[in-house]
Amino acid sequence: MLTLSSRSVESRNLSDSPARIVMRVSDRQDRPRALRSREAFLVTNGDIPDGFGIYVALAKDAKALGSLPSQTKAMILPDDFSYLADGDVLRLWTKSNEVRVLYRRASFHNHFLLTERCNHYCLMCSQPPKNIDDSWIVDDVLAAIPLIDPSAQEIGFTGGEPTLLGDDLFRILRTMKSYLPHTAIHILSNGRLFADPEFAKRYADIRHFDMMVGIPIYSDVSTIHDYVVQADGAFDETIRGILNLKRYGQKVEIRIVVHGQTYARLPQLAEFIARNLTFVDHVTFMGLEITGFTRANLDSLWIDPADYQRELYRAVSFLADSQMHVSIYNHQLCVLDRRLWPFARKSISDWKNEYMPECEGCREKENCGGFFASAKIRYSDHIHPIAEVAAP
Amino acid sequence: MSKFQPLSAYQQPLADGYQLLPFRFTSLNDSEYVLTNQASEFIVLERQTLEAVVRHQLPATDRLYDDLKSKHFIIDGDSSVATELLALKVRTKLKRLADFTGLHIFVVSLRCEHSCPYCQVSRQSDDRLAFDMSVETAEKSLALVFRSPSPGIKIEFQGGEPLLNFPLIRHVVERAEALNLAQRRDLQFVIATNLAVINDEMLDFCGEHNILISTSLDGPADLHNANRPRPGHDSYERAIEGISKVRGALGRDRVSALMTTTKLSLGRVRDIVDEYVAQGFRGIFLRPMSPYGFAVKTKWFKAYDADEWLEFYFAGLDYILALNRSGYPFTEFYAATILAKMLTPFEPGFVDLRSPAGTGIAAIVYNYDGDVYASDESRMLAEMGDKTFRIGNVHQDRYEDIILSDALLGPIEESFAASVPMCSDCAFEPFCGADPVFHHATQGDFVGRKPLSAFCERNMAIFRRLITLMRDDAEVRGIFVRWANARC
Repeated sequence: MLTLSSRSVESRNLSDSPARIVMRVSDRQDRPRALRSREAFLVTNGDIPDGFGIYVALAKDAKALGSLPSQTKAMILPDDFSYLADGDVLRLWTKSNEVRVLYRRASFHNHFLLTERCNHYCLMCSQPPKNIDDSWIVDDVLAAIPLIDPSAQEIGFTGGEPTLLGDDLFRILRTMKSYLPHTAIHILSNGRLFADPEFAKRYADIRHFDMMVGIPIYSDVSTIHDYVVQADGAFDETIRGILNLKRYGQKVEIRIVVHGQTYARLPQLAEFIARNLTFVDHVTFMGLEITGFTRANLDSLWIDPADYQRELYRAVSFLADSQMHVSIYNHQLCVLDRRLWPFARKSISDWKNEYMPECEGCREKENCGGFFASAKIRYSDHIHPIAEVAAP
Repeated sequence: MSKFQPLSAYQQPLADGYQLLPFRFTSLNDSEYVLTNQASEFIVLERQTLEAVVRHQLPATDRLYDDLKSKHFIIDGDSSVATELLALKVRTKLKRLADFTGLHIFVVSLRCEHSCPYCQVSRQSDDRLAFDMSVETAEKSLALVFRSPSPGIKIEFQGGEPLLNFPLIRHVVERAEALNLAQRRDLQFVIATNLAVINDEMLDFCGEHNILISTSLDGPADLHNANRPRPGHDSYERAIEGISKVRGALGRDRVSALMTTTKLSLGRVRDIVDEYVAQGFRGIFLRPMSPYGFAVKTKWFKAYDADEWLEFYFAGLDYILALNRSGYPFTEFYAATILAKMLTPFEPGFVDLRSPAGTGIAAIVYNYDGDVYASDESRMLAEMGDKTFRIGNVHQDRYEDIILSDALLGPIEESFAASVPMCSDCAFEPFCGADPVFHHATQGDFVGRKPLSAFCERNMAIFRRLITLMRDDAEVRGIFVRWANARC
């Protein structure tokens, strides 16, 4: 697992700086001088060019900072951040000595958390909501977007519930379109606010070339969905939201987390989607991430993936046979029905993707999605190395 | 206390009971019923469960409660989005109606060098040009074709043997393409031919203009040649050679074949399916004889009854399912059409199985002599002297006169299944269709008395069989879902 944030940063001469700074990292000796004051230079052991706004070094390279003038602004990061490279974007908290890596240029899994507020309270939330004013995040995201490499393939936005930002969400999306016109956008939302046709229309009016909303539906039955997301009336609003988004020609993905409260009706849910929401662009079945609220509700949520293969197969095959685009995320090949392998994607973000000791010697490891780092707490009893390589 | 609410907290509204959404039910067998809703979704229930449902006595804790709610048969106070979804699904099912006439059949010649005793169009054997469509008639017909608002226009050349009047086909294709430069429709051409007289010039033309070929193949050589006599007794050999030539020149899937079931076919359905497999077709349409043309005169139509046909059809279906189970995908197209109605949100738009009937408003026929008919079967009936479904003439009538004629609208309105006695309360009505021409031909009435209708008997038996097959066997269900969704 990669460390993306830390509270044990050592800072030098930053007491007069703004409380938060969003900066692009550079390791180029020849970076144009005009840009340097707004960027952070990543110090290794070579020469250190002058003029950068901040100098950042890993603890192991901290000695090199000694050659700089004593009033130079600098930060020393734990060695866990050794993956940092040119073009990455950081957020520094100058007062509390915190750092967060907002964007890694070399990764395909970059996403921004837009708010921790949410109008769901899902049993298995991996990012438990907080009812706080975190509107400052918007300013940081707006500052970070122009620093992102314009060749970035996709940027994700998550929460909390991003649509709670209202106008600020649209500002962010328009800024994305302006600065990163070739970058796809993926938004994780519960879709409820799109039940307002006016809201859906304003979203569509951004006219982005490739923008998708990933929306969860956990059951074909309103009571079960509302229970899973702990919000009465959520099912109806989410369905209306999807209908409105498609009415305005927007891309929609349906995300179904498979767990103890959702697995039993997966086949019926698949039929419901094929019959009522046949126009959605993608349906994906996701393994449970053992983090956040999931830990508190583990007894009612945990089911060994080996024990829901029958339901998963029926659901996935029905959707695939209905000519819908369907995938399986966050599952290990050795517990998946072989007939489902063509649908499995390596979906776990690189920074939290791991393998278990049982995976040692597995011939399919390269093709397998592996585990969330948090899976150490609980994972399938049926994990085993696959001895032979499956026929393509 | 947990900060999470239990499931029961979200089930409070269920205490107030549920309402029934509109649905119909019909017995499937001695103990079970099929329920269908307005969007042709279905569910099978035991009789006592059905009774509990309609008496509002089904407990919310019953697994079937959730199934019925999810499929929009019942609605409760917890969720109201069902009515919006149902409305959306009904609109989707009916969407094709708004497109209006898409299939335009040109009978370019009634001449044919075959002399099939089951010919449903009463072909003419002499070579008199009186039975060929003229250029003038074709021009007038084309003008009517493009009056249809349909975004997709398919022009199908029929006969007789249409290739005997190939110069006219060439003319119509070129003229239609010229008109389409301004019209910008999705324009397609099909030639329905026995392939006996196809030559390289015709093939080149078909290739240049992307024309599809539809041919006849009744089964193995002995059966095919017995059904379809021609000088030289080589109808089969010519069809097979033609299919191969067309595939080579135009592409593997540019030729399709149709079979007709005769008395000689009964008991030989495996041979017939095997012939289609051997010839590389991806499916077959097991088709009964229709009560028109020579088929009536020669009494071939009455040579077997609906029960015998169903026995043949179900044996074929079983055999085709066995092929699929062994890993060879092969489709029975009639079942696939019905399954599309059952298992998808879409209406397949098959002209012979829809309500309102497809006569005139889905397909229309321009006969060689300029008369306009409401369907292929309508002009077959006319060749027998019954011009009930003649809805106009390209030389005498305007588009509005033809489309708004009583001869067209009367039968469509009268036979509309949702308001016809016995159909209106039949659970299978969403899967079925209206066939005013068949019922007029067999009972002298656009509606017909359903207990006497072979159309009704055949289709009801097929609906029941398809539902039972997929209810009993998950693998068959998977095969059926794939058939239903194949976009052909």
